[in-house]
Amino acid sequence: MTRPIGRRAAEAETDPRAVNGCAPDVFSRDGTVPMREFPESEEVDFVIVGAGCGGSVLAAKLAEAGMSVVLFDAGPFFRPLSDFASDEYEQEKLYWLDPRVSDGDDPIELGANNSGQAVGGSTVHFQMVSLRFRPEWFKSRTKLGYARDWPVDWQEMWKYYAEVENALKISGPIRYPWGPKRGRYPYRAHEVNEAGLVLARGAEALGVDWAPTPLCTVSAPRGKSPPCAYRGMCKIGCSVNAKQSMLITYVPRAIRAGAEVRDLAMVGRVETGQDGRATGVSYHRGGEWRHQKARNVVLAGYSIETPRLMLNSATSRHPQGLGNSNGMVGRNLMVHSNHAVWGEFEDEIRWYKGPPSMATCEHWNYVDDDPTKDFDGGYSFMSQGPLPGDFAGTLTGATGMFGDELLTAMGKYNRMAGLKIVGETMPAPDNRVTLADESDPLGLPRARVTYAFSDNDKRLQRHSLDFMSKMLGAAGGRNLLETSSTAHLMGGCAMGDDPETSVTDDMGRSWDIDNLWICDGSLMPTAGGVNPAMTILANAARIADRIVAARNG
Amino acid sequence: MTGPFRTPYPGYDVLDKWDSPSYDDATREVLRARTTPPPRRFLSEARFAVLAALCDTVIPQPRARPVQIAPFLNAALHDDRGTGTRFAVMPPDRDAWPLGLDAIDAEAKAHHDGTGFADLARPERTLVLKEIDAERLRAPDAWQDMPAQKFFRALVLKQIAQFYYSQPAAMSEIGYGGPASPRGYVRLNAQGIDPWEAPYGQWKETDA
Ligand SMILES: Cc1cc2nc3c(=O)[nH]c(=O)nc-3n(C[C@H](O)[C@H](O)[C@H](O)COP(=O)(O)OP(=O)(O)OC[C@H]3O[C@@H](n4cnc5c(N)ncnc54)[C@H](O)[C@@H]3O)c2cc1C
Ligand code: SF4
Repeated sequence: MTRPIGRRAAEAETDPRAVNGCAPDVFSRDGTVPMREFPESEEVDFVIVGAGCGGSVLAAKLAEAGMSVVLFDAGPFFRPLSDFASDEYEQEKLYWLDPRVSDGDDPIELGANNSGQAVGGSTVHFQMVSLRFRPEWFKSRTKLGYARDWPVDWQEMWKYYAEVENALKISGPIRYPWGPKRGRYPYRAHEVNEAGLVLARGAEALGVDWAPTPLCTVSAPRGKSPPCAYRGMCKIGCSVNAKQSMLITYVPRAIRAGAEVRDLAMVGRVETGQDGRATGVSYHRGGEWRHQKARNVVLAGYSIETPRLMLNSATSRHPQGLGNSNGMVGRNLMVHSNHAVWGEFEDEIRWYKGPPSMATCEHWNYVDDDPTKDFDGGYSFMSQGPLPGDFAGTLTGATGMFGDELLTAMGKYNRMAGLKIVGETMPAPDNRVTLADESDPLGLPRARVTYAFSDNDKRLQRHSLDFMSKMLGAAGGRNLLETSSTAHLMGGCAMGDDPETSVTDDMGRSWDIDNLWICDGSLMPTAGGVNPAMTILANAARIADRIVAARNG
Repeated sequence: MTGPFRTPYPGYDVLDKWDSPSYDDATREVLRARTTPPPRRFLSEARFAVLAALCDTVIPQPRARPVQIAPFLNAALHDDRGTGTRFAVMPPDRDAWPLGLDAIDAEAKAHHDGTGFADLARPERTLVLKEIDAERLRAPDAWQDMPAQKFFRALVLKQIAQFYYSQPAAMSEIGYGGPASPRGYVRLNAQGIDPWEAPYGQWKETDA
């Protein structure tokens, strides 16, 4: 890929904005805020690669604890109020568009649906569904008999979910029907749109619980954020700053606490010294390769780029790549099954209004002994509200329809509703990231992503399609259409208790290199049946506290 | 086969909101720029003609000023914009498109005594494409090792359809609200629609 992709604020994609002691003020149209800068020759306490969920939270909390932090991101530093258009094609500038090579029995699609490239990471265009893991999933091997255990206790994670939910002022219902009691959500739930009420009617007809989805967009003003305007374009970036993405929450917090952000800075290599320890990073910015020294390097580039960077940083001392003496880097990559059922309704639903997934059902995450449940793991599902271009891509991909048939099907856009799962897939070592034999424009070997569903995954998908078809039919849907796809990435550098089968320990520290860390979605040992952002954020908040405690202790 | 599509929302045009709070400067700038299609740069004239015919088959547009699609797809190839994925069974996009356009042309010629895709009428083009989507190939060598259905669905249909349906004319014909920043929507359930949305569709006439 070559930038700029967008027309609006094209210079943000070609010229770094966080320079000369200033960073963009994300709540203004063209203003800046002061930002501390560190010389490249100074050994900073932490270099963090990737300003998404994991990197931003860690940067803010470490800087607030007084550590020197430089946070790198390959993508631009946008100001949503002036840079984001209500236009799907323009907003592709938010995605990681440089190709990854995708193979395996079920090759996955990468880019818009799972990888962002901007300060704020994938949260700039995520859909804001903010769910917690079921407690048992942190010990799914011991408690439920499948996959693997996390090296973390659910009660500890529960505490950190509360911390990040409060930091992001999640808007959610007073009573959440599933799992152990949680405190009130910081902001009241949003009014559920008609697409969500379809799910609600279906759930009531089938006798299962539903809930207004806890969402990461505010339902009342918060500081400089107005309440959600229900424009429904969350997946292409929120141009009014209601969405509490990393870009407008933890990143500004990190800058205020003294962290430096370097935008349009692609890290190509983690440098290691004679003793094998990390010494800093090489990165490409402003048309040249540069170097930053650091006492610690943290990788937070998500499940493809973090393993890719470790593999691309091989040396004679680390011939298989950094932290990879056991060959586990890149393995156990997971996606969520994202299968869906769509139906036509008598009345106009107008699913474009409001965030796309305002109602959710976690029934199948919490049921273990139902006789129809013929799979391990769980799935949640949500109401849908795809933008027209997105939905047209779904229709054509699933059916191959075109011409008047496509125009006629799209003509029913306002009368459609859909239900889509976030379905747990099983970790498998052969689902993995390796290096392809082709390079990106900077000369860095690209990632190759190999993926196949397991039989269990396929049973879960079939079960979910049957259940959702029944529900959508009960809610009044006709001419149902099933589609299959994937969303989200998890794993690739699993944390664990056993140095043989994992890449890091329970605080994200590489088993091989004691000053190389990982703090992003790639640490997840299992995928769970819910969207991953809250879990990645909570885990990052936990890791930050552990690092600070270790330094002070 | 389906008859010609008739919009349930005649008279509704998202561009009528241009000067309203549903449009912001960023959106206006982007849409204004798109009214001038980029020049042809990457594909040869002959391949561009096939691409244009392909767009016209996938999205028939019986309107005075059809939405330009082909110039933008061509420019994206020229700029090496990327989509994030290269399926290992496919060549890189910039090789796949020329190869695929030639193969579609070869299929047309094999079906129609040497008449190229761009010179066929829409019904004939439609049938050629249905055969390709079903992997019933008459010119298999032209595809080299590229899977025809994958090329047709993952690249051709997806990119044409996604581009078209993010343009104002397409939004209007399906009754989508269109650009909505800073003013979004107020009435979220089926009980009501906002005055700046499309009026309810005329379904009786169009929905058989
Ligand atoms: C369309 C979409 C919708 C989603 N919806 C939801 C949802 O509703 N709920 C939910 O919980 N989750 C959702 N997710 C998933 C969620 O956004 C991700 O799981 C989460 O952001 C991952 O966090 P991360 O820190 O691991 O990586 P990211 O947030 O992706 O951040 C990684 C960052 O690292 C940068 N980077 C990578 N490599 C390098 C390098 N070498 N040098 C410099 N920078 C680099 C990237 O540019 C990127 O900005 C969605 C994702 C997408 C794409
Ligand atoms: S629906 Fe709300 S969160 Fe989503 S883009 Fe609109 S204002 Fe932002």
